[in-house]
Amino acid sequence: MYKTPCSRLTGVWKCLPRYGLLGVSVQQKLIANASRSHMSVSSLIQLCRKNQAEWITFQHFCFLKRQYVKSSSGLCQRAGPKQEPVASVLDDRDDSVVSHVQQIPALKPQPGTVLPSCDQAEPEAARAARLEARQWKELKVDYSDLPGIYARLSKIKLTALVVTTAAAGYAMAPVPFDPVTFLMASVGTFLSSCTANSINQYFEVPFDSNMNRTKNRPLVRGQISPLHAVSFALACGISGVTLLTLGVNPLTGFLGALNIFLYTCCYTPLKRLSITNTWVGAVVGAIPPVMGWTAATGSLDPGALLLGAFLFSWQFPHFNALSWNLREDYSRGGYRMMSVTHPGLCKRVALRHSVGLIGLSALGPVLDVTTWTFPLVSLPINLYISYLAFRFYHNGDRQNARKLFFCSLWHLPMLLLLALTCKKRPVPQDEAAAAPSTTSLAL
Amino acid sequence: MNVKAGSTLIFGSLRPCYTHARLSLTSSCRGHGRSASQAPKQAERAERTGFSPAATSKHDWIGPPDRLSNLRPIIYHIPENETPQERRLRRLRQETEDWNHEFWTNQNFTFSKEKEEYVRSQLSAKGLSERDEDGRKRTLSIEEMAVFYKHFLDKNIGRHASYNREWYRRNFTITLLMAKVALDNTWRTLTGQTRGTGREQGKTT
Repeated sequence: MYKTPCSRLTGVWKCLPRYGLLGVSVQQKLIANASRSHMSVSSLIQLCRKNQAEWITFQHFCFLKRQYVKSSSGLCQRAGPKQEPVASVLDDRDDSVVSHVQQIPALKPQPGTVLPSCDQAEPEAARAARLEARQWKELKVDYSDLPGIYARLSKIKLTALVVTTAAAGYAMAPVPFDPVTFLMASVGTFLSSCTANSINQYFEVPFDSNMNRTKNRPLVRGQISPLHAVSFALACGISGVTLLTLGVNPLTGFLGALNIFLYTCCYTPLKRLSITNTWVGAVVGAIPPVMGWTAATGSLDPGALLLGAFLFSWQFPHFNALSWNLREDYSRGGYRMMSVTHPGLCKRVALRHSVGLIGLSALGPVLDVTTWTFPLVSLPINLYISYLAFRFYHNGDRQNARKLFFCSLWHLPMLLLLALTCKKRPVPQDEAAAAPSTTSLAL
Repeated sequence: MNVKAGSTLIFGSLRPCYTHARLSLTSSCRGHGRSASQAPKQAERAERTGFSPAATSKHDWIGPPDRLSNLRPIIYHIPENETPQERRLRRLRQETEDWNHEFWTNQNFTFSKEKEEYVRSQLSAKGLSERDEDGRKRTLSIEEMAVFYKHFLDKNIGRHASYNREWYRRNFTITLLMAKVALDNTWRTLTGQTRGTGREQGKTT
């Protein structure tokens, strides 16, 4: 009943005799590996001897081999010679795997790349996750895994980006830098973001299971229970918002709570109901820098809104380009995204907002957030992203969408960095009288 | 996953004499107040998924993604002296899982079927055969497929919206019930209460 990845090895072994030299070289590697694997083979033999009452099946071999393979990562799937064939589990890719295996060109010796869904550059972690995904597992929380699980539950990379934008908001505010407030604002934003992402994953378990991008999330894999995830989210949320309210200021705390609410209760359900989810999501992305600013100054200045506007506009080329290549998954999963239901609008909005970034950069000096150099130095990157957005608008194909998406990934950090370097330094008090005349001269 | 768990799994499935039904009947003899309907349901579930956990396991087991629905089946552990609340929770989770599985199987199947029909109709409208000279299946361009994706979403918006509502409702109910059960168990452990048999003191699962 079970087909394990070992039988994929079986498939590989079947086709090796066609490629004589290839077979020999792999065989040599295996012999070398076998000597290295002596230790675990002897332990395996000991295990066999201990349990003579129960016979060892190939499944047992494969389990132990998998443990061994995982622990010595250098060997990957080249460990161990072929075992007897086994019955297969219901894996719908079996036939395609075997047929795909037959077509391996002679110059590709790695058996690990035969799987059809395997990206050439698939990271080790993703492949290990994929192999692990085929086993039945006990739903028991392994406490040593918890930090990793929490990190994935809270989408740690996205959270880090959110905290970076909040920190940028703090840094752009025209007040002296206070490390304590800065730290508390960052930690509070971090915790709020963790909450929002955890609740989002809690809501979306069946949908995430059906999309390739998200099917390895902790709740989908059952690494923790839904109750555990909600408890984690509540703990983070309560502590994060409390820290922001008491440690920073009530306005920032309010914005943090608002952001959590918008993301979990507005954006997440709206994803399946209407395309307005993208606009709500853009607001969610825009709030962290505003929070950073209000953490510093305590008030919603125009500068804060400008930074928020940067993030708001940036979301559109970023997300629209990303969603362009996921249209099939979104359609099957029932997600209503512009890229599927209104493709023309999707491209237009991406272009509109990319060009809008140029206008927003020009507002920097007008609102006294940055000097006049900012619109000039940011012009090249803004023009570049607008150019890519125009290409995307005009051609609307996968390559241009991907280019635009990847550009957006470095464009935002660059823009924030440039804004920071062009930040308008606050004028000292005793020169305040002379300041108006000098500023008017500069303008 | 450690070797111990793996060995437990293998040794569990190695016992040729223990059929699925017998496994659950053995465990049902130990429990009190267990209704007769649970054993066959558990057996049916084990047969459908083709897996049965070791009798000594005290946890639920989660399996690989189902081929049709991409959802992972769970085999729930039935503890000795299961309280009515726990039973309700387990039944609700099981029922939700089955309902989810049905919806997504239907969804994925319908999607694939309609996609095939669409591709076939588009190709025949263009006068092309399904397979090209090399024997490979012809595919349409992304833009042509995009029309189908939009159509599929628009056609199913009502179904999706009602599924959404139902899923959120069930998810909340299950989580609340899980919280109640967890609190109950904690309270029982703290106050040293038994689970109703008089045999076990204090420690609960």
